[in-house]
Amino acid sequence: MYRYDEFDREFVDARVAQFSDQVRRRLSGELTEDQFKPLRLMNGLYLQLHAYMLRVAIPYGTLNSRQMRKLAEIARKYDRGYGHFTTRQNVQFNWPRLDETPAILNELAEVEMHAIQTSGNCIRNVTADHFAGAAADEIADPRVYAEILRQWSSLHPEFSFLPRKFKIAITGAPHDRAAVQVHDIGLQLVRNEAGETGFTVFVGGGLGRTPMIGRKVRDFLPEADLLAYSEAILRVYNLYGRRDNKYKARIKILVHETGIEELKADIEREFEAIRHGILTLPKEEVDRIEAYFAAPEFAAPGDEALFDAALETVPGFANFAARNLNAHRQAGYVSVTISLKPIGGAPGDATAEQMEVVADLAARYGHDEIRVSHEQNLVLPHVRKADVPAIYKVLAENGLAEANAGLVTDIIACPGMDYCALATARSIPVAQRISERFGASERQQQIGDLKIKISGCINACGHHHVGHIGILGVEKKGKEYYQITLGGSADESSSIGEIIGPGFSYEEVVDAVENLVDTYVNIRDGEGETFLETYRRVGETPFKEALYGTQ
Amino acid sequence: MKLVTANRLSDGEVVWLGAAGRWVETLFEARLLESREEEAAALAEADASVARQEVVEPYAIDVIREEGHLKPVRFREQIRAAGPTIRLDLGKQARRQESAA
Amino acid sequence: MADTIYRNGAFEADSWLKVADDEALPAEGQVLLSLERFLSIADENAEGLRVGVVLKAGERAQALEGRLEAVALIAIEFPKFSDGRGYSSARLLREKHGYQGELRAIGDVLLDQIPFMIRCGIDSFEVVNEPTRRALVEGHSVEVPVYLQPVGRADEVPLGTRPWARRHVAAQRVGQQAD
Repeated sequence: MYRYDEFDREFVDARVAQFSDQVRRRLSGELTEDQFKPLRLMNGLYLQLHAYMLRVAIPYGTLNSRQMRKLAEIARKYDRGYGHFTTRQNVQFNWPRLDETPAILNELAEVEMHAIQTSGNCIRNVTADHFAGAAADEIADPRVYAEILRQWSSLHPEFSFLPRKFKIAITGAPHDRAAVQVHDIGLQLVRNEAGETGFTVFVGGGLGRTPMIGRKVRDFLPEADLLAYSEAILRVYNLYGRRDNKYKARIKILVHETGIEELKADIEREFEAIRHGILTLPKEEVDRIEAYFAAPEFAAPGDEALFDAALETVPGFANFAARNLNAHRQAGYVSVTISLKPIGGAPGDATAEQMEVVADLAARYGHDEIRVSHEQNLVLPHVRKADVPAIYKVLAENGLAEANAGLVTDIIACPGMDYCALATARSIPVAQRISERFGASERQQQIGDLKIKISGCINACGHHHVGHIGILGVEKKGKEYYQITLGGSADESSSIGEIIGPGFSYEEVVDAVENLVDTYVNIRDGEGETFLETYRRVGETPFKEALYGTQ
Repeated sequence: MKLVTANRLSDGEVVWLGAAGRWVETLFEARLLESREEEAAALAEADASVARQEVVEPYAIDVIREEGHLKPVRFREQIRAAGPTIRLDLGKQARRQESAA
Repeated sequence: MADTIYRNGAFEADSWLKVADDEALPAEGQVLLSLERFLSIADENAEGLRVGVVLKAGERAQALEGRLEAVALIAIEFPKFSDGRGYSSARLLREKHGYQGELRAIGDVLLDQIPFMIRCGIDSFEVVNEPTRRALVEGHSVEVPVYLQPVGRADEVPLGTRPWARRHVAAQRVGQQAD
């Protein structure tokens, strides 16, 4: 993991002092709410329906046990005993007081954490593959570059008041687990024929009101030019992105309205003017950062007979092993997904006690590493296969052993109208009801891979556009109403889901989803064909007929 | 019928404008506004309170009387008045249960 | 309000005369013109004058290319503090076009944005917001003094081994320039 040096420490401490001063000036009236709002957002502090909400950064979703324990402590001391892990690999506390946020930030700084740029019209937390450094199919570790970009973008003097928020994601493997094509900048690590590391660059992806898949602007950007090219993109966006309408202010709209070729020319012109300059990344420095992310010293594989025996004897373990383990590049090791989607639970929520359980497991069995996935689960990236049965036992005792990674109940949902000031409908209880409907283990296994994503408003924090089944909650004549999209996907074959037809009431929506799933099971070409594959093969007609009858 | 609501600056707590310009934490204590004039006067009081750094973003909401109790028209405002529908142990609804117990 | 311009660590009177597009140019003195007006007059018509130009948000710094020698002040407008176009304009003027004269922020200039403006090359500020004026007079600094990205300023030095990390050559008060 990256560790702070004296400058990083000084930086974060000074930022805490700066924000504390801003809070003081707000409370004394030197800053009006209009003036304070962008400042507090730039430090992750929202005012939601019931209270303030603090979003704490977990850079590229990586944290250690000490940091996780600190999150648990904050949940207990300043909040209501729980936290919510988000689709951008961060964590949110739903009940902090404004006048206590400086104290919270001081505590976070003790463990090298902060809330810098988790909101606001600036460059947000850079996200990466949650299996980075562990996945068997990885070309290079994306966290090295995510960390460099995180540093470069922190309190950037030129890019702190952009037209709108700006999100960067990086994947290090050909199988894209970081949804890079639906980010403002998406980076895919590649090697060229000479074996050099670089990036395929996508610009202008995003969800929200106008979902768009990113456009490729570079097949191969050399590693050394990462910052210069990013600065060129940001400068073009800062100068020319629309500021007259916040719903048209993301870079995707600039790409759309300017045309990708012209915009690409603008970026390249800006890039030419600054490349080979002070932003060039020296190889030695990339190597130095890379060393922080070196793989842990893996132990000998251990007795895998324990694992094999557990498959036979421990109830539920075979399902867990089938769904929640990911292939590791080290022989004898796996990555374990800890589901934060218990049947009927609020997606992404973890209690302080659960956070401590995960911290203990990471310290004991997982080389002290934890990841947050953009699917709102936790991951122990480096675990000996032989230790999985012991881990499973602890997880099961603490409501964390749901064997549903990637299944129909592994639902992404935004907080929705139960918490969020922008929401127009609830998301969490819809997720809970769907989860209960499909909760039986055999039924889930039989349905197979299926991603349901739910947003409580058009801003699409629940990524509904890229759900195999997407659900968007809106308000219609004072009632919650849910629109369903089908066929979305956020991996290397990204697509935006299509609206299937008129929406459903809060009461009807779960039946509608079940109807869609049953239709898929009936028409799929064998158990090996996933929902998405079936949809792509047969199109919307059978699903439409199932929901609305034949016209 | 309307009420004026806001969030308290120091802790974000949902409040409504009560009698004599005081902000109250429960909806039933709020001052009912029966006319446009009363609403305008209440919003002016609220703006003055904003200027004293007491609350942020005040606005008027519609309420109806149901079984003798005031109830916000919009579902969003009902949730603000109670707490998350998925966590009855949190928010104002939890305090009501505690005080009833 | 008498002294509205904050420069070199103190407030001073604005010595620039704003001349509207339809007003005649005076014979001498310091005049602040719109970009359009400035581009429409030849340098010889401004003889005897020191000329400043207002660059509104959305106007391109590039438009001044080739004429920068004739300009003694560029006033970059921030129509709202949350409109960040001026930061890019400032950096382009300093780092790409090599502008050496005074670069002023005008409009909605507030305390928390001034450190960013300085790093982008702005060296004077028209400040009307009272709390900001008070804080500047009192020397109340809110800056984070470690920077994690290089900008083209001569008074910042690399920090440690990371070439993108920077610190000011000497601890300075907000608004003071090292030269």
